[in-house]
Amino acid sequence: MHDPQGTAVESSLKALGFDGVHRVRVGKYLELVLEAASRENAASLVEDMAGRLLSNPVIENYNYTLQEVET
Amino acid sequence: MKFGVIVFPGSNCDLDAYHLVRDVLKEKVEYIGCDRRSLGDYDVLILPGGFTYGDYLRSGAIAARTPVMEAVAGFAERGGLVLGICNGFQVLTEAGLLPGALCRNGSLQFRCRQVYVRVDNNSLPFTNLAAAGEVLRMPVAHGDGSYYAPPELLQELDRNGQVVFRYADQDGRTNTEANPNGSIDNIAGVSNRSGNVVGLMPHPERAGEKALGSVDGLVIFKSLIGHFQSREVVVDA
Repeated sequence: MHDPQGTAVESSLKALGFDGVHRVRVGKYLELVLEAASRENAASLVEDMAGRLLSNPVIENYNYTLQEVET
Repeated sequence: MKFGVIVFPGSNCDLDAYHLVRDVLKEKVEYIGCDRRSLGDYDVLILPGGFTYGDYLRSGAIAARTPVMEAVAGFAERGGLVLGICNGFQVLTEAGLLPGALCRNGSLQFRCRQVYVRVDNNSLPFTNLAAAGEVLRMPVAHGDGSYYAPPELLQELDRNGQVVFRYADQDGRTNTEANPNGSIDNIAGVSNRSGNVVGLMPHPERAGEKALGSVDGLVIFKSLIGHFQSREVVVDA
């Protein structure tokens, strides 16, 4: 689908001389701290959150990485 | 009959909708807070325009997960009539009560102007007093109004008559100039499969008095009122 923000960023990059740039798409980055019993548990919670609120499947894809932090 | 206007933090057309129903159309109307888990006996629910929860995450995304939306979903499932205007349309798509999604305007600019929309399905309780292909003049005011549905869904919507309104010129011709936001297929408003939930980006509630420049939006509200009046007559007979 058309991403007008991506198109605007792409033409700006080209104006700066980055001629080899194509298919720029603008998305969102979210960062959160999550309490979970295990890595699997954390992954399943993140997927649940992504499905129910954080992403809209009609227009967005998502992926995620997990990182353990000190409490 | 009784209308209910759902109020979320950041709704800002709730007063316009309330005013039109009460003062112009002389029908009963009440505000409904978004923390309500159950509804009273309403005939039509209006989700008004605005910038609920600051449009954070995605327009309508957070409002769509408030407690009242479960009650709205139940109301719609039982056949209740739900009208989402502008941000209310975004909330309904985010809640899964209407198909597709609303994205950033193609121009990347907020569009606040008068538009013309063509009625492409006049067999719904929302549009049955409009002529087929009737052109209505109403204002739009949005930044995220570009309707999108993937190709298979778009075909399905067309097949089922779920595209209720399209941006058009004054004579009812759809073209790029008439489309304020770059929506796919010039779509301005859609319904769910059963036709009891409708959302549109233009503001019929702001086109209901001569002083506002257009009274074309009234046909939607009068259709709804007529729908209930005719039903009452049937019940009396």
